[in-house]
Amino acid sequence: MDLILQLLFTGIGIGSVYALVALGFVLIFRATNVVNFAQGEFSMVAAFLMVVFAVDLEWPYWLSVLLTIGGMALLGALFNLGVYYPLRHRTYLPVIISTIGASIFLANTTLALYGPQPQVLPPVFETQGFLLGPVFLDSQYLLIIAVTAALVAFQYWFFEHTLVGKKLQATSQDKEMAALLGIPVAGMIMLTFVYSAVLGGIAGILVAPVLFVSIQMGATIALKAFAATIIGGFGDVTGAIIGGLALGIIETFGAAYVSVPYKDAFAFIVLVVFLVVRPQGLFGERVAEKA
Amino acid sequence: MSADPATTAAPAAPAAAPRSIPLGSLAYAGLAAAAVALAATTPFSGYVLNILMQAATYAIAVIGLTVVLGLCGQINLAQAAFFGIGAYAVGLGTVDHGLNFWLCLPIGLALAVVLGAILGASTLRLGGHYLAMVTISFQQILTLVLTNWIPVTHGPDGVPNIRRPALFADGQSYLALCVLVLAVVGWLVWHLPRTRLGRAMRAVRDNELAAGVSGIDVYRTKVAAFAIGALLAGLGGGLFAGSFTYISPDQFSFAESIVFLTMALLGGVGSPVGAVIGTGLLILIPEWLRFLKEIPGLYLAIYGLAVILIVVFMPDGIWGFLGDQVRRLRPAKPAPAPAPELTLSQERDASATLLTVSGLSKHFGGLKAVDAIDFTVTRGGIHALIGPNGSGKTTTLNVLSGLYTPTGGSMRLQDQDITRFPPHRRAAVGIGRTFQNIRLFRSMSALENVVIGALRPNNPLGARDRPALEARARSALAFVGLEARAQEPISGFSYGHQRLIEIARALAGNPTLLLLDEPAAGLNSSEKNALTVLLRRMAAKGLTILIIDHDMTLVSDVAGHVTVLNFGRRIADGVTASVLREPAVIEAYLGEDAATEPDAGLKTALKTDLAPA
Repeated sequence: MDLILQLLFTGIGIGSVYALVALGFVLIFRATNVVNFAQGEFSMVAAFLMVVFAVDLEWPYWLSVLLTIGGMALLGALFNLGVYYPLRHRTYLPVIISTIGASIFLANTTLALYGPQPQVLPPVFETQGFLLGPVFLDSQYLLIIAVTAALVAFQYWFFEHTLVGKKLQATSQDKEMAALLGIPVAGMIMLTFVYSAVLGGIAGILVAPVLFVSIQMGATIALKAFAATIIGGFGDVTGAIIGGLALGIIETFGAAYVSVPYKDAFAFIVLVVFLVVRPQGLFGERVAEKA
Repeated sequence: MSADPATTAAPAAPAAAPRSIPLGSLAYAGLAAAAVALAATTPFSGYVLNILMQAATYAIAVIGLTVVLGLCGQINLAQAAFFGIGAYAVGLGTVDHGLNFWLCLPIGLALAVVLGAILGASTLRLGGHYLAMVTISFQQILTLVLTNWIPVTHGPDGVPNIRRPALFADGQSYLALCVLVLAVVGWLVWHLPRTRLGRAMRAVRDNELAAGVSGIDVYRTKVAAFAIGALLAGLGGGLFAGSFTYISPDQFSFAESIVFLTMALLGGVGSPVGAVIGTGLLILIPEWLRFLKEIPGLYLAIYGLAVILIVVFMPDGIWGFLGDQVRRLRPAKPAPAPAPELTLSQERDASATLLTVSGLSKHFGGLKAVDAIDFTVTRGGIHALIGPNGSGKTTTLNVLSGLYTPTGGSMRLQDQDITRFPPHRRAAVGIGRTFQNIRLFRSMSALENVVIGALRPNNPLGARDRPALEARARSALAFVGLEARAQEPISGFSYGHQRLIEIARALAGNPTLLLLDEPAAGLNSSEKNALTVLLRRMAAKGLTILIIDHDMTLVSDVAGHVTVLNFGRRIADGVTASVLREPAVIEAYLGEDAATEPDAGLKTALKTDLAPA
């Protein structure tokens, strides 16, 4: 029982990271109807920026976080201009391929600049954590869960209760109509990319002390986050969060009770099961195209 | 490479046709024989030999990718995984199990096809994003298995000392074998686009909905494309294992899948020629730029950047660009003889009732878009389905053509219950349709669009060979007055003409019942007059038409029978002239006042609008 609670806590912690990256997926998908296959690389790049600022240059942690978030916002903007914007009038296939190219480019540029050795980023708090009954609450995991909860709350408020949020929603639902109503659609899409890159970046900053900071972390996180969006129902914000948490828990239990080397395969198996049995996910997505 | 696309070879069995062997194929066979002879006799150094063998085996896998991605428009990011399956079948089979090379190769192909088909079958009903992610997942799982299942796969150490088949033991003759296989694969895939399956793939790529209502089983076509792609990857991989005699998991990683993708995109994803060009370049360029490999990552970073640049600036690849120039230089084909008059065969002795719709409903959540409607369409003549905006007309048509599954009720065409039929089976039993927002196959010429229609399964006037199919398509185009422009691409036609091509596509399939979704929408008045004449000419050929339109002049001019919907319910049904005078109908269109007050201002407008001409 104690072990189960402990695994549950760890699962929710790692699942929160998947949920954050999944949110980035969903937001870009809703704004552009395209899956951004480089979403995981945002986390990877942010983790490496943290290593550069906080470890190599030994700047204060808070400053490093701010600089990294700023850097991610810039990366999101450049990504939009270079990878999505020139292809915005084409079908989804060239855009997917372009984002895959960007993913390869970001991962391998980082590799070329930083080398293949995994890096270590220290956790935010000096205390490792504390015991709550039989469960050890790791401070970094607690931070991950708290920041994720705060970001989800912020996002809800932003989309439902601010004018910019409403404009973003309008853009994602019908770009032509939104443009006719005077909403700057290109600007809204730019904002979406910037925000998604920042979300992915925050996920990377949070998860870096838990995992090794490596070139592969982006691809791994992206695949998990994508599986999470399918479990939750593609394009659904609530679904992305619940799917991410569910996947984190499944994976942690799978590693503990089934097999460690194949830990990464559980996400894919769950993904395929959902695709076959319930492709619309837990919260449903319209799959049919309108005639 | 020089095969002429205009040749009329029957791709699967050229020997079966008594026609003279086309010149292009002869030239191709000559070139291929020369390449094989050159590979077998030129004394290459071991280093060059390795590069050439790698290029030939990779090219086979990249050609497989052009089938999936270029022809059918489906993404596959696990081509290296299928390549690896073929390679490991040969490697493990010959080394660990002492099997013959020629037994291992087909085992690898079978494994690749079965896994490809399963993977495709589980995902291809969904959008392309899912397919991209699932193929990446499959790729990762395969790499995990190859690396971790050490007792079976040798793990990260790989499989050394793979044996080549007896006849091709030395590198030189093995290279000749690889080139021969590549030449055969290239020839088959070159001809694929003009086969029935190839046309279906192109139609699916261009417009899935239109492909479905033209009688193409979209899902099966995609799975077939995916399986062919996997098969060719497995074939390339099997030969690859023999050429290097050593394989390891990292040769079949996700990065290699990206390399395959880049090769296909660079050369041009539309053709096997592009695949060979792209593969050749990307295998040679890194050899020239070996210094890039000294910094880990730099080399793949450049690949990633190249993918973006190609997609943005050269969407059709090198061959896409060169091929256009070649086509421009080719002399124009002589104009074919005028097409014969279009024939539409109707079963004269069949029952008078063609379509029976009973209790049909379609609900979207709480919205009852179509709510328990009944009507019958009798054979011959034009039946109109009208109603104000949002009354459920297009939903009804979508349910009739199988794009939506009904919430309740049933549909019978003649004696057959078609309620649960998917779109392509409805097309097969004789339901043709056009779309309100035009859905043509954009990458094809007008003629090719109409040929797809003529290929409808069970078309009693359908033809098996290409000249007859094209003649039928020409007749359909001539019927709508566009025969002279048959070879032009779709983008060059005006909106009104595109509608006519859609109608011709449906007519070429010789439908029993033709559904027209607002054919007059967006047409100017002279185009509308022409449409009225066209509709009458179609009806005169005995074709039964169910038409939706808002243009009351058109409806009252052509339709003998009208069914009126409002808020998803049937409010009137009967002979056109009387139905259009029913108060309920007038009220639905113009409001209660118009129906009850004889002096209302709108009444005059109503009269001129609704009165039969």
